[in-house]
Amino acid sequence: MNAVTVNNISKSFGAIKAVNNLTFQVEQGDLFGFIGPDGGGKTTLIRMMNTLIIPDEGSATVNGLDTIKDYKKIRLQIGYMPGRFSLYQDLTVEENLNFFATVFGTTIKQNYDLIRDIYVQIEPFKDRRAGKLSGGMKQKLALCCALIHKPEVLFLDEPTTGVDAVSRKEFWEMLKRLKQKGITILVSTPYLDEASLCDKVALMQSGNILEINTPENIVKKFEKPLLAMKSKNMYKLITALRSYKFTNSAYPFGEYLHYTDTRETYSVEGIKNYLMQMGVTDAEIIPALPNIEDTFMQLMEKGND
Amino acid sequence: MRIILFILRKEFIQIFRNKQMLPIIFVMPILQLLILVNAATFEIKKVNVHLIDRDQSTYSALLREKFSASSNFNIVNSSFSEKAGIEDLSKNKAGMVVIIPKDFEKDLRNNIKTKIQFLMNAEDSYSSGISYSYGNSIVSSFSESILSQALQGSQQQTTPTIDIEYSHWYNQDLDYKKYMASGILVVLITMIATFLTSMNIVREKEIGTIEQLNVTPIKKIQFIIGKLIPFLIIGLFELAFGLVIAIIAFDITILGNIFLLFGLAFVYLLVMLGIGLWISTVTETQQQAMFIAWFIMVIFILMGGLFTPISSMPDWAQTVTIFNPVAQFIEIMRRVLLKGSGFKDVTTQFSLLVAYAIFTLSVSIFRYKKVSD
Repeated sequence: MNAVTVNNISKSFGAIKAVNNLTFQVEQGDLFGFIGPDGGGKTTLIRMMNTLIIPDEGSATVNGLDTIKDYKKIRLQIGYMPGRFSLYQDLTVEENLNFFATVFGTTIKQNYDLIRDIYVQIEPFKDRRAGKLSGGMKQKLALCCALIHKPEVLFLDEPTTGVDAVSRKEFWEMLKRLKQKGITILVSTPYLDEASLCDKVALMQSGNILEINTPENIVKKFEKPLLAMKSKNMYKLITALRSYKFTNSAYPFGEYLHYTDTRETYSVEGIKNYLMQMGVTDAEIIPALPNIEDTFMQLMEKGND
Repeated sequence: MRIILFILRKEFIQIFRNKQMLPIIFVMPILQLLILVNAATFEIKKVNVHLIDRDQSTYSALLREKFSASSNFNIVNSSFSEKAGIEDLSKNKAGMVVIIPKDFEKDLRNNIKTKIQFLMNAEDSYSSGISYSYGNSIVSSFSESILSQALQGSQQQTTPTIDIEYSHWYNQDLDYKKYMASGILVVLITMIATFLTSMNIVREKEIGTIEQLNVTPIKKIQFIIGKLIPFLIIGLFELAFGLVIAIIAFDITILGNIFLLFGLAFVYLLVMLGIGLWISTVTETQQQAMFIAWFIMVIFILMGGLFTPISSMPDWAQTVTIFNPVAQFIEIMRRVLLKGSGFKDVTTQFSLLVAYAIFTLSVSIFRYKKVSD
């Protein structure tokens, strides 16, 4: 059974179409990612699936329940962690957790198993007010509160935005462990590098889904051979390539620059010669394997055309 | 029910953890009562008088003595020129100029009608009216005393005069403090109910916690009840606390039934909580809520008969005050507290308040449900 199904769903805010006629399914037990830049419609889509806003058109189900008709039943079965920290800053860690456990008619003890891994990390601070926690701690507490009633489907809206690299990594490991416990997780993120950590991803831009697939299959869609280039003067290299008549795309990628060519066949020597002419003498060019970020950049380019 | 209890517990933890909250609950009533009641009275304590005595006679000296002996007047200056008197008026050195004409005593002794002139600073028409009547009563007591002197001398028969004898009921010493204190108490619990409620609910929106609550099984009505009850309790506590201060500081004796007073306060608080809830549905931030609450409060309080008696308002304004819950409750407070009225005497106000409570609560709950869906 699908944990979530979405059929031709749309939502507009005034003249802006935030979500544009989307249809997809999320299988039970999947870790499903919505990836895309800010303003791509991720938050709106999540808020429609978790019954917070009503779609203009189309419908959605969670665990086979309709998000409009059965919203009360759905709310008992889902956990939600909004993008903005939304717990009571003037209540302590424990009071927050207790409060959310109680409103769901349960206790911390009853579902302690599920949150143990995460809660032990913040337990030393359980008498501290939530507002006084660090960003990473707040995020862990929010996750605990979203899990305290043992939800079957978990919605996380940009949980790693504004969190340091180490905490981000930790967070994704926590999500993997939750997935092993059978929880379906839908997570949105603006970080492309997090896509490969999901079972399935939907690449979103301007309210549309550009591609929906496993990260491996998305990478396979990359159509052109990819070259990675490096020079001591990266700025000169990128300006030289951007004015090259055969350049299809040239993006900086960490210490390298990823390049695709418009021609079917070409020689690396030809490009090197051109760069020499342009004054880049030390260019190191090696073939590279595309990753999901390359694919997304390519898809976005296409979407913009 | 269990959920409401937990919301209540959470609210009380948050309210008492809020650093501004305790001063608002405990310091505000003391300050408001002690400062406002003492400062905002209608009593005209001392009017500065500039006296122009052109007669310099025994009678004029007697009149002068009467003015300076009165607790309402204070002779600050005297001269022989009207110009100097008017100058004192314009410089606010004197609030009143009393002019005793030449031949004052001579005319009186010869049974010729004579006149004393008062020049008043009438910028504030209310207090100048009061000073005028104080001055008037001094002059009439003066004329009475010289009349009786004359009678003793001549033993002549004079026409009998009508003497008005009056007594003030319900506030015998015409103590404005009691009158003001009862009104300030109303302002106090009104602020608690409207400002704090609306700001508290809007805060959940502003901080974003409402987002998290909305995906929980908490029903909207449970949320609202959980939000309103704490301020209902604090409002009633505030009334009790304020009453104790008023009793200690202003010697107020509660003439009416205290349970009746609190019962009516309960209904009144429901009205104001409804307004607070409504404000929270039309605003997004605490600042906006504060602004709207302030706007509504100023109108309600100024038109509520706290400072200016409703009976002296124009007809249209008197009609409008029927729709002003603050006016109704100030009336109830004064009647029950100072007059000892029973339930029968305030049934009109009571039924109006019940009607408003039903109206504001149902409108705001309806709106709350609609907005948050």
